[in-house]
This record gives sequence, structure tokens and C-alpha cells, in this order.
Amino acid sequence: MKVLVPVKRVIDYNVKVRVKADSSGVDLANVKMSMNPFDEIAVEQAIRLKEAGQADEIVIVSIGVEKAQETIRTALAMGADRGILVKAVDNVETDVEPLAVAKILAKIVEEEGPGLVLCGKQAIDNDMNATGQMLAALLGWAQGTFASKLAIEGDHASVTREVDGGLQTIKVKMPAVVTVDLRLNEPRYASLPNIMKAKKKPLDVKTPEDYGVDVSPRLTVVSVKEPPARKAGVKVADVAELVDKLKNEAGVI
Amino acid sequence: MAILLVSKHDNAALNEATAKTMTAAKAIGGDVHVLVAGENCGAVAEAAAKLDGASKVIHVEGAAYGHRLGEAIADLVISMAGDYEHILFPATTSGKNVAPRVAALLDVMVISDITGVEGPDTFERPIYAGNAMQVVKSGDAKKIVTVRGASFDAVGEQAACPVETADAVADPGFAEWVEDSAETSDRPELTSAKIVISGGRGIGSKENFAIIEKVADKLGAAVGASRAAVDSGYAPNDWQVGQTGKVVAPELYIAVGISGAIQHLAGMKDSKVIVAINKDDEAPIFQVADYGLVADLFEAIPELEKQLG
Repeated sequence: MKVLVPVKRVIDYNVKVRVKADSSGVDLANVKMSMNPFDEIAVEQAIRLKEAGQADEIVIVSIGVEKAQETIRTALAMGADRGILVKAVDNVETDVEPLAVAKILAKIVEEEGPGLVLCGKQAIDNDMNATGQMLAALLGWAQGTFASKLAIEGDHASVTREVDGGLQTIKVKMPAVVTVDLRLNEPRYASLPNIMKAKKKPLDVKTPEDYGVDVSPRLTVVSVKEPPARKAGVKVADVAELVDKLKNEAGVI
Repeated sequence: MAILLVSKHDNAALNEATAKTMTAAKAIGGDVHVLVAGENCGAVAEAAAKLDGASKVIHVEGAAYGHRLGEAIADLVISMAGDYEHILFPATTSGKNVAPRVAALLDVMVISDITGVEGPDTFERPIYAGNAMQVVKSGDAKKIVTVRGASFDAVGEQAACPVETADAVADPGFAEWVEDSAETSDRPELTSAKIVISGGRGIGSKENFAIIEKVADKLGAAVGASRAAVDSGYAPNDWQVGQTGKVVAPELYIAVGISGAIQHLAGMKDSKVIVAINKDDEAPIFQVADYGLVADLFEAIPELEKQLG
């Protein structure tokens, strides 16, 4: 079985986000970029399936700027086999919407014929939580979202999902799109020899036009602003003072 | 054109997230039809009819809906979509599972996790874990929206509107339900509780969470946890508060042994009053806390329980 894993290059999760003064977006010039943390978990899961003999090839796809190929190389260094970069935008601050991403991925899936697509459940930049579900819809496939456990059992996959009320286990028909949650696994670090080897793994470069997909956005960003700031309050000396303040000053207990 | 509101419930009772989503629907304006799809969920349909702002309830019975299987619910919503310009879901895990699938089938972009309605096609939503607020205007003919409960008040009651029944559509057969596992609790639900007390890595073990739970029971509070606490196995996943867990905005949020990573702050910084108890006086949580107590939690929390009588 071939496994396809889409990965997104996003602002590193440790970097403090700065909103631009003209309210047009977030400043991404010269900030550290990394693979979306949820996508790393998806890549790791694909590699574990390969190590367990359940997958034979892992194809990584990234859709974005030219530099997204660094993100693909990271996945190749972790253990994936080859990459496809779809160069969709020139400016790092132009986000390709999940609908357009899903349309491109659907075309790639038609060409590549994977038995499973593993996606991160959301990207930590636009926080949309949409691409996997949209891809499953466009392909007419089953979807197993927010997975914290995954087992491939012949023509079905058993997916344990992190849901509001706890955990839900479902069986989905393969081929399927599975979106992964935090607790599915802990991604490995790439070793130096593997990073060197990854540089020689095949990487195709494509454009949205190659797939006949229009990536113009459906949503217009009107403004991007700082959230209302919260001010630090006071330090209390002990529990008695805390209880007193909560009762008599804040009136919340 | 009217708005379709896809309700959240557990087949027995309507979830408060539905009443909060109704507030967003009313801000958009127009007739609101509430879809109640589930299994033996007649009582939920009756409760939905009393939601202030509902003009009609559509009640559909089906086993796949009762188990919240996303593909089946998406197909049902699509079968009705022609009548609506807006389709709203609470931004719960069910809503987040289904809404993007519906949007893609209609060839429109989903608008996730809105925190404000600025117009029928213009919405505010957090990005970058709430470190920036984005206002977007949709150019699509239909708006598929998920609504963040913590940002909207629940509507009140009205005299019941009519309830119509509709037939289920064919189950696409993509998924089969196996089991739901949840720890049942008498405590209030995390996302609607007036008081939340959460523990972090500093709690140290699953057993130690009992001291937090005792205080919660004195206060009638829900119990939450940081990602670090859940990852370490101290607390179940559905207690997680943060960017990828639950977003809460109670009257009082008490953070115990939580350092305050931005991913955690994203889930609780809209709380009315925040209390932080941590032995590290440099912990970032103190920068957002109204009341900070620098103390060993293993002394402070039992003392707090005692003083609450």
C-alpha cells in the first residue's frame, strides 16, 4: 500500500507571532518556519506503517512556496520515500486555502493511487481544521478524524478518535483519509546521515495549473488584529487572601 | 434565505453548544431551522423547538446519526442544503468533523471556529492559537460556518416552534461505529461550567489529580488539564484545554501547576477571572492571571479546599 502524507510549512510553534501594523496579516518575513507539528505526527505514523510492513511507499506532498521543499526534505529525512512540491504561491504570507489544497491533493491521489492519506488534523497557522475532511469529501472516501490510535485491518482501518466526550472508535472503509491528533505518536528526529541521504531522494516540482486547479481564495481577509490584551493582576500572599479576593472583590465564588 | 443550524446532542439531551450557536445565527439574521439528527432523539427535537430564535425543527432518525458518523451526517445536510444560504455547526469535534466535508461537497470554503459575526458574510475568527484575530469575508454563495461556543452566550427559551420529521438519506456505509468510551462524571461539562479548575504537569501523577477534583467538587466546578498533563497520562484527553483541546471562558478559571504555554492560553484566556497557583513566580501564566499565588500546590490546594468549607 502506498501512503500519501501532505505537509505544510508553517511558522515554528515556538515563535511569538507578531501582527503587522497595517492589519494585513502576521509578519512571516525572516521568522523560523517548520513542518506543522500535526503533519510530523502523520509522517511518523506513515513510517511506522512502513516499518510494520503495512505500507511500501510514502509520498510527501507540500503545497505552498518554493521553500516548502525544505519541509518535504525534513519528511524524507525522517524516512519517507519521495516528494511532490506544488508551487502555488510566491509570497510566504499568501495562505493557500484548504479547499484549493484539497482539490490539488485529490488530483494527486488520482494519479498516485494511495490506499491511505494521513493528514495533520489542523495547521497551527490558520487553525482551520479542514483539509483532510475536504479531501475525503472530494474523493468520495471515508474519513477518520482526530485519530489517537490507528490500526489497518485489511480493507478497513480501526480509528480511535479524540472527541469532546472522550474517545470514539470507528471502523472506516479503505481507502480512507485519516487526520491525526497529538497523542497518536511521538515523531522521531532525523539523523544526520538520513538528512544527507534525503537530499538525493526524488522530488518533483509541479504547479496548480498542472492539476487544473484554481487556487484563488474564496475568503477575503478584511483585517488581522492583535487579540485584546489581558493585564497581569495582583499577587496574593496566601490562600486566605485568595479566597477573600475571589469572594469579596471578584464575586465569583 | 434561511439558516440551517445543525444541533449538537447526545440523543438524550441538547448540548448547550447548540443554544450558543443560535446566538450567532440570530446575529446573521433570517429564519433558523434546527436539524436534530440522531437515534431516539425525539426529546432533543422538542427541546430544540424551545430554543429562542428557532422557527422550525427538522427531526431525522437514523442509527448512523446517533453515532455521529461524519459521512452520513454530511450526506443528510447536503440533501437539505439547497434551501439554505448559511449552514451553522457548533465548533465541537462533531461539527469540525462534518462542516468541512459539507463545504467541499458544495464547493465552498468552510469558515471555522468563528468568535464574532460582523455581517451575513463577514466573520471574526482566531488564527495562530488566538495570537491574532482575523476578519474574513466570504465570496461563496453558501456559508458553512462552525461557531466557537466560548464566544457566544446561550439563547433563552421560547414557546415551541413546529417540529417536522424528515427521512434519513441512504447511509453511505463508509464507517461503522465500534464504541464510545468516556469517564462519566457528575461534574458540569467543561465548556459550559461557570468555574473550571485545571491541573498541569506540576500535579505530577494521575493520583495527585484527586486534590484538584476535591476542590472542583467544593466549587461545583469542571476539571480541566493542560496538554502536558494529558500527554503524561495524568488526565483523560477530553479534559484538555487549549488550541487543540477545548476552549473555555468560565467566570472563574483556576490554573494549578500550569506554566502557561501559548497553546494553553489559547484555550482559556477569555475567562472572566483567572487565578494561577504555581511555585515558579516567573511562570508565564502569571502574566494573564488576575490573582496569582506563588506557592507549592501540594500545600496550597488542600488549604484551599479547607477554606472553601
